[in-house]
Amino acid sequence: MPTPTKGPRLGGSPAHERRIMANLATQLFEHGRITTTEAKAKRLRPLAEKLITKAKRGDLHARRTVLQTITDKSVVHTLFEEIGPRYENRPGGYTRITKIGPRRGDNAPMAVIELVEALTVQQSAVGEAEAATKRSAADAEAAPQDAAPEDAKPADAEA
Amino acid sequence: MAVPKRKMSRSNTRHRRSQWKATAPALVPCQTCNEPKLGHIACPNCGTYNRRQVLNV
Repeated sequence: MPTPTKGPRLGGSPAHERRIMANLATQLFEHGRITTTEAKAKRLRPLAEKLITKAKRGDLHARRTVLQTITDKSVVHTLFEEIGPRYENRPGGYTRITKIGPRRGDNAPMAVIELVEALTVQQSAVGEAEAATKRSAADAEAAPQDAAPEDAKPADAEA
Repeated sequence: MAVPKRKMSRSNTRHRRSQWKATAPALVPCQTCNEPKLGHIACPNCGTYNRRQVLNV
């Protein structure tokens, strides 16, 4: 179960928070990168990534689910036609948050949240290679445990 | 309602305020332009973070 967000809602009420998050997500998918406060960027990231995962699925049910959050049909269209396919072979992590320091006026810590670039062929190959190394390392760890009892028995026999 | 019985002396006021100090922020040199900047934050001088251009300067 996901951990509930600590602290008060953004904007005061649950409904206001939902509208703020929906508007931020809409603007993010429309412009690719937006500048906002760190707190809002951190809350936006999980929502935006879930919406992109829906867009990658691409069926009508996913589209209707996304339309409950993002009510702008043209933004949903770009999300499903351009943004979703772009991340076809990226397993999550579609957004990047970079802190840009305090804002003049109220000293609020600001951040830029942006959609990351599509994986290049080289990068995805490296990712697969790393995953393969991890898998083989895990196999190697699992193998000695299986082998250990067999080794132990002959040793006992000799002793 | 509780109210002060005596006027606070200038000495007491100034002693209190002498403890009210600002702390210098810990700065680190930017990787690209070597200007001092806050840690974990994009450089306000050249707009880069981890050598990636984040801000238009």
